[in-house]
Amino acid sequence: MSFFGFGQSADIDIVLNDAETRKKAEHKSEDGRKDKYFLFYDGETVSGKVNVTLKYPGKRLEHNGIKIEFIGQIELYYDRGNHHEFVSLVKDLARPGELTQSQTFDFEFTHVEKPYESYTGQNVKLRYFLRATIGRRLNDISKEMDIVVHTLSTYPELNSSIKMEVGIEDCLHIEFEYNKSKYHLKDVIVGKIYFLLVRIKIKHMEIDIIKRETTGTGPNVYHENDTIAKYEIMDGAPVRGESIPIRLFLAGYEMTPTMRDVNKKFSVRYYLNLVLIDEEERRYFKQQEITLWRKGDIVRKSMSHQAAIASQRFEGSSYPEKPQTQSNAEDDG
Amino acid sequence: MADTIADTRRLFSKPQNLNDAYGPPSNFLEIDVSNPETIGVGRTRYTTYEVRLKTNLPIFKLKESSVRRRYSDFEWLRAELERESKVVVPPLPGKALIRQLPFRGDDGIFDDSFIEERRQGLEQFLNKVAGHPLAQNERCLHMFLQDESVDKSYTPSKIRQA
Repeated sequence: MSFFGFGQSADIDIVLNDAETRKKAEHKSEDGRKDKYFLFYDGETVSGKVNVTLKYPGKRLEHNGIKIEFIGQIELYYDRGNHHEFVSLVKDLARPGELTQSQTFDFEFTHVEKPYESYTGQNVKLRYFLRATIGRRLNDISKEMDIVVHTLSTYPELNSSIKMEVGIEDCLHIEFEYNKSKYHLKDVIVGKIYFLLVRIKIKHMEIDIIKRETTGTGPNVYHENDTIAKYEIMDGAPVRGESIPIRLFLAGYEMTPTMRDVNKKFSVRYYLNLVLIDEEERRYFKQQEITLWRKGDIVRKSMSHQAAIASQRFEGSSYPEKPQTQSNAEDDG
Repeated sequence: MADTIADTRRLFSKPQNLNDAYGPPSNFLEIDVSNPETIGVGRTRYTTYEVRLKTNLPIFKLKESSVRRRYSDFEWLRAELERESKVVVPPLPGKALIRQLPFRGDDGIFDDSFIEERRQGLEQFLNKVAGHPLAQNERCLHMFLQDESVDKSYTPSKIRQA
């Protein structure tokens, strides 16, 4: 995109084939703004059209090739120059030559692997996007379109409860229990705190959800802690034998699935922090990691359609017609 | 197709023993600093305070005790705790050196309102410190609160429960 001289001589635009039917998901950008993007899952095909519109009809557009890329990359904020691309696909749309009029090009990235969930954090960003480029001698003309990817999981086979006895000898003994160790993002944490010994004057008790984003490796590991929620579960002084219930609905908080060592670049983990505060404002706490996962919604129509196409191909039948008509607009060769 | 509704019923817990529920709590600890008395004459005068303790915590040998302490004893306790334990020790009320200078209009450090202010500060200090689980392990705290007098040449040690 050139800001000097005559400006761009062409506009480039990317439109998805299923733009009408595909769901959008909200995603927070680096500056905190929430925007909606098309939502994709692992294995889904990304197909659409690239529209090249000449600004001055009649004036030919010379180019070094037109292509579209599908990119998945990780960007560490402290090392902005280096993007780590873990998915990089390219389709050539036009060989070097010239365009005499506006033109539309079809593209399809079939069953693209999208192994990680889109994530915008405090020190790292993982994003997927399409980038259409018209190669030029001096300045390329390009356009990016971000998409959002969610990773889905199914109910874990093994999901044991967390139950532990902790305390300070002869001062405070508690037994805490959380009903699961793996929770989905709309789940409920059901638990209890049982007091075995109380020799300090407790004023109240709360449970916090802490998100820890870890970036870097080896000696350069950096943890960014963020308290997502503070939820008071007890106000007043408990005595021995008292049992305090916990019921914490996760749907009300903005959280992502647990991400462990994504592409060896970063992790996002969640912890429950049980905090007791005594009359002199002293804090006693116990942190426990939980695993968060994303549950699939009701039937994903676009997914089953793609799966149907895929299965037909493997069964040897001819490739079925695309649902929309091929738009070879104004292409008389 | 509706999502299955999560089971949010409370987890099972043992019913509480009525003695535990309605009996005296096991965290009873009350410390009062009161009855200031100025002893001596002239330049060797000093003020002592009564430090009274009532508790049911097993770590204290006496369930009730009363001793008399002066400001410098509190300073000694604070220094010992800072050195021997990992506790972040709260500050004492001020040393009031200015009040000890001559030619004042009032009674200096023997002024009633000053003594009351200091008494409150000392009481707050002791309650904060004595309730700290780590400070309760220090011999110096128990000596300060419950022994007849403070032996500044003692050997620092930790209290171990039997």
